[in-house]
Amino acid sequence: MKVEFRNISMTYGTNLVLDDISLSVAEGEFVCLLGPSGCGKSTLLNIAGGFVKPERGEVRIGDEPVTGPDPRRIFVFQERGVFPWLTVEQNIAFGLFRQTEAERRSRVAHYVSLVGLRGFEKAYPRELSGGMKQRLEVARALAVDPDVLYLDEPFGALDSITRLQMRRELLRIWQAEKKTILFVTHDIDESVQLADRVVVLSARPGRLRRIVDIDVPHPRDFSDPRYIALRDEIFCEIGLAHQV
Amino acid sequence: MRRLVPLTGIAAFVAVWHVVVALSPGTLVPAPVEAGRALVELAEKGLLVRYVVASLFRVTWGYLAALFVAIPLGVLLGLWRRGERAFNPILQLLRPISPLAWIPMAILWFGVGDLSAMFLIFLASLLPLVTSTIHAVHGIEAQHLAAGRNFGLTHEELVRSVVLPAILPQLIVGMRLTLGIAWLVVVAAEMIAVNSGLGFLIVDARNAGNRYDLVVAGMILIGVIGVGLDLLMRQLERLPSLRWGYATG
Repeated sequence: MKVEFRNISMTYGTNLVLDDISLSVAEGEFVCLLGPSGCGKSTLLNIAGGFVKPERGEVRIGDEPVTGPDPRRIFVFQERGVFPWLTVEQNIAFGLFRQTEAERRSRVAHYVSLVGLRGFEKAYPRELSGGMKQRLEVARALAVDPDVLYLDEPFGALDSITRLQMRRELLRIWQAEKKTILFVTHDIDESVQLADRVVVLSARPGRLRRIVDIDVPHPRDFSDPRYIALRDEIFCEIGLAHQV
Repeated sequence: MRRLVPLTGIAAFVAVWHVVVALSPGTLVPAPVEAGRALVELAEKGLLVRYVVASLFRVTWGYLAALFVAIPLGVLLGLWRRGERAFNPILQLLRPISPLAWIPMAILWFGVGDLSAMFLIFLASLLPLVTSTIHAVHGIEAQHLAAGRNFGLTHEELVRSVVLPAILPQLIVGMRLTLGIAWLVVVAAEMIAVNSGLGFLIVDARNAGNRYDLVVAGMILIGVIGVGLDLLMRQLERLPSLRWGYATG
C-alpha cells in the first residue's frame, strides 16, 4: 500500500520538531528515515502509525487518511515490544484473535519457521536472545498480514554482529512477503544496506534534507564502489567527514 | 543443611526464652513448655482448629471482597489519569487512618459480630491493593499497550489481554503483602465481641483468669499461619507465565 505524508508539521511545547514534511512511499518499497537523535524521525513514524496526531498535515495510506492505530499497519518496536507473559507461539498468535483456530495454527507455524524460531514455540521471551526476540516481534507483526510495517530502530539494542544478521533476515523476509516498509534509523550504513531510498532528515526541526536512491542490487556488497559512493554522499549530507 | 539455618535462629530464640523465664521467678510470662502445653490443650478441646478456621474465614472473605473492589478500581484509575488525579487525594487522606479507627463505624453499620470483623479486614486490605494495582498499571511498558492497540483490540480486550497479564506479577506481590496486613488486622478485628478466632482467644485468655500461656499459644499460632499464608502466596510467583516479572527470572 502506498504511504503518503502530506505537509506534516509537529511541535512539542514551543519546539518545532517536524517542519512541513511531504513524502511518498510506493507500494512494496523499503524506505529508511535517517537522521540524528531528536530529529523527529520517530515522531514521524508514530504519526504514520496513528499513535500521534500531527499538528498540521495528514498521512494517507492508499486512499484513506490515518486516524489511529490499525492492524493493517503494524509498528515494530525494539525487542521489548514482545509480550513477556506469552510464549513464542502465543505472541505470534496475538493479533490473530479473530481468525479460526485452524487458520491461526497454520499462520503461527508459517511465521515461526519464516523467522527461524522452530523448536522455540513453547519458549518464553526471557529464554530467547535479543535477536530472537526481535525476530519474534517481526513474526508477530507479519502474522496479521499487514500492508505496511513500521520499524523504529528495531536493531538498536542488538550487538553489531547480530544486527548485521538481522538486516539480512529482514531483507529476506521483505523479499518473501512484499510489504511496504518504513524503517527509522540513525545508522548510515544500516540505511544504505537496507533501503531502496534513504530519506535524510535534519535535526531540530526535522526537515526533509534529501532523498537518496540506493541503486545497488541486493545482496549488497559493502566494498562495491557504488555502495561506498552512496554512503559517503550521505555522510557528507549529514555533515560528517568520513574520518574519525 | 542450608534449610536448617533459619531453624537454628528459632531454636536459639526458644532457648533464650526458656532460660530467661527460668531465671526470673514469679514472672507471669509462660515458659516455652507451658505455651506448648497450652497448644495441646487447645487442640484437645477442639478449639485450635475451630479458632484457626474462624480467623481464616473472616480474613478470606474480607480480603476477597477487597480484591474484588480494588483490582477493577485500581485498573480503572491506573489507565485513566484524570480519574486518578481526582481520586488520589481521598486515597491519601484515608491512608494514615488505621483500620482500627473504623471500629466504631464498623459496629454502627454492621453490629458486633463477624460482619464487622470482615469489614475491618476489607478496609485494611482495600487501600494497599488499590495503590499497588495503580502502580502496577503505571508500570506497564508503553510499547505493550501500543502493540495491543495496534492489533485492533477493543478497550475490554486490551484490559484482558494486555493490562491484566502485564500487571499480574507486581499485583501478586501487592496481594501477598496485603494478605499479611489483613492477617495482622484479624486480631484487632476479633477483639470486637466475636466469640471465636485467634484474636478472641488472646483477649479471652487474659480476661478469663490471666491465662498467659494461652495468650502466647495464640500468638504462636498467628505467627505460624502468617508465615504459611505468605509461603502459599509465594508459590504463585513461580508460575511460568509470571516468572518474567521477577528479577530472578
